[in-house]
Amino acid sequence: MSAIYTRRHIKNIAAKVLATAAIIIGLVFLVWILWITLVNGISAFNWRLFTKITAYGPDGGLSNAIVGSLIMDLIAIAICAPIGVLAGTYLAECASSSKFGATVRFLNDILLSAPSIVLGLFVYVIVVIPSTSLSGGAVSFSGFAGSVALALIGLPVIVRTTDEMMQLVPTTLREAALSLGIPQWKMTLQVLMRAAMSGIITGILLALARLAGETAPLLFTAFGNNYMSVHPLDKMASLPVAIYQYTNDPNPTLHAIAWAGALLITLFVLALSLLTRLLFSRKKVSYD
Amino acid sequence: MTNLAAAAQTPSDTASVNERTKIKVRDLDFYYNGFHALKGINMDIPEKKVTAIIGPSGCGKSTLLRIFNRIYAMYPKLEAQGEVVLDGENVLDKSYSMNRLRSKVGMVFQKPVPFPMTIFENVAYGIRHHEKLKRKAMEARVEEALRGAALWDEVKDKLGQSALGLSGGQQQRLCIARGIALKPEVLLLDEPTSALDPIATGRIEQLVEELKKEYTIVMVTHNMQQAARVSDYTAFMYLGELVEFGVTEKIFTKPDKKQTEDYITGRFG
Repeated sequence: MSAIYTRRHIKNIAAKVLATAAIIIGLVFLVWILWITLVNGISAFNWRLFTKITAYGPDGGLSNAIVGSLIMDLIAIAICAPIGVLAGTYLAECASSSKFGATVRFLNDILLSAPSIVLGLFVYVIVVIPSTSLSGGAVSFSGFAGSVALALIGLPVIVRTTDEMMQLVPTTLREAALSLGIPQWKMTLQVLMRAAMSGIITGILLALARLAGETAPLLFTAFGNNYMSVHPLDKMASLPVAIYQYTNDPNPTLHAIAWAGALLITLFVLALSLLTRLLFSRKKVSYD
Repeated sequence: MTNLAAAAQTPSDTASVNERTKIKVRDLDFYYNGFHALKGINMDIPEKKVTAIIGPSGCGKSTLLRIFNRIYAMYPKLEAQGEVVLDGENVLDKSYSMNRLRSKVGMVFQKPVPFPMTIFENVAYGIRHHEKLKRKAMEARVEEALRGAALWDEVKDKLGQSALGLSGGQQQRLCIARGIALKPEVLLLDEPTSALDPIATGRIEQLVEELKKEYTIVMVTHNMQQAARVSDYTAFMYLGELVEFGVTEKIFTKPDKKQTEDYITGRFG
C-alpha cells in the first residue's frame, strides 16, 4: 500500500514542479516585456507627448497619433460591436446545434486567426481603391478605412464571446420566460441578454484592447498623417503606426518617443483589462 | 361515452362525483428523438385540486407535465401525439395559440429562476406582455400576486432591489408569484422544492394548500411524503406508462396495482 502512495507522492511533486516552471517561464517574459516598456517609456514621458504633433519630429509629440487612434478605435468598435453581438446571439439562440451554426463558428475562428496584414489588404481593395475612384482621388486612404480594418479584427472576438456567454445562460431561464408566454425575440433581448450583459460587455472591451494595438491593418488603410486630422475621410495618424515609423528611424530621440507611445498603448490595454475584471467581479450572477 | 373515454383513468374512489375535470388527457404518446417516452396516457385531472405525479427517475412524469403547456416545443425532435383537452379544447392543436395556452397554464420549475431584474419587474414582466395596465393597476396586480405567493411581507420594502439577492425559498415563491400574476387556471409545479431546504419546502407546501382554492395544480415530485402530504390525487408512473391514478389516500394505503405498492413501500425506485 505505502509503496503506491510514495510513487503517487513523487509523481504529484514532479507534476507540480513542471507546472510551476511553465508558469514562471510564461510570467518572466510577460514581466520582462512590461518592465522594459515601462523603463524606456517613462524616460520619454512628458507633456509634449500630448500637446505636439508628430510633424515636429524629435521636438514633437504624439498628440495627432493619440487622437487618431482614439477616433479609429471608437469607430471600429461602433461598427463591430452591434454586428458581433447580434451574430453571436444568433449563433447561441437560433443555431446552437445546426450545421449552419457550426460552419459560421468555424469561419469565425478562421477570421479570428487571420493575419492582420491580410485584413488590411482586403480593406485596401474593398474600401480604399473604390473610394479613390468614386471621389476622383479626393478620398483615398482614410481613418474610416482604418476603422473598417480594425473592426474586422474585433468582430470575431465579439462574436465568439457573445456566443459563449449566451450559451452559459441556463436553459431553465429560457423555459421560465417562454412558460409565461413571452415570445423568443422578446425573451432573448430582455431576459437572456440582460443575464449575459457583463459577459458581452467584457467581450467588447477585449475586442477594443485587441484592435487598439494593431499596426498592420492600418498601413494601407489609414496610412498615417504627420498633422492633426480628426476627419474620418482624411488620412489619419495612429499610435501603432507612429511607433512603427519611429522605430525605423535612426534618430534615438524618435526611438524614445516610440517607447513612450508603446507605454501609452500598454497602459490603455491594461486599463481596459482592469475595467473588464471589475465589471465581471461586481456583477457576477450565479444561477447554480 | 366513447371507448376512448371509457378507457381513461379517472381518479378511482372519488370522494365526490360532481368534481369537474379540468384537463383530459387522451391517448397521449410522446417521442424523444424517436424514443417512445410516454405510452398511451389517459387521465382526467380534476379542477381546483392538487394532483401529484410520482414515479422513479426517467418514468416520464416531468415529460408529461411539460406537455400540458407545450414547453417541450422549444426543443427540436420532440413530438407529442394524442390529445390534452383543457376546458374542451385540445391544446396540442397547432391552432391553439401559445400565448393563450401559457396565460392559462403557468409553470414553476425545479430550480428557482428569477429574471435578472428587480423583484417588482420579475412579476410585472409577464403581465406587461399580456395586458396593458396603468401604473397604479400594475402595482396592485404585483402586490396581489406577491401576497398570493406569501412573499409580500418579506419583500414589500425592497421591490426595487434585484431578485437575485433573495434566498432560494423566496426566489421560488417569487417564481410562483410570477406565474399566478397572469391569473392562470392551471399551475404546473415541476419538483418545486427539490432545490430547497426543509423550512422553505414547508412554506411552499403550505402555499400549495392555499393555491388550490383558486387553481388546478399538477405537481411532479420525487418525494413521496410530499405527495402524500399535499396532494388530493396521485398518479403513479413507471417506464412511460400511467400505472395507477387515484385518491392520494388510497394510492398510499391500499393501491390496486402491485407495482404501485412496491414503489410506495420502497421496494424499488
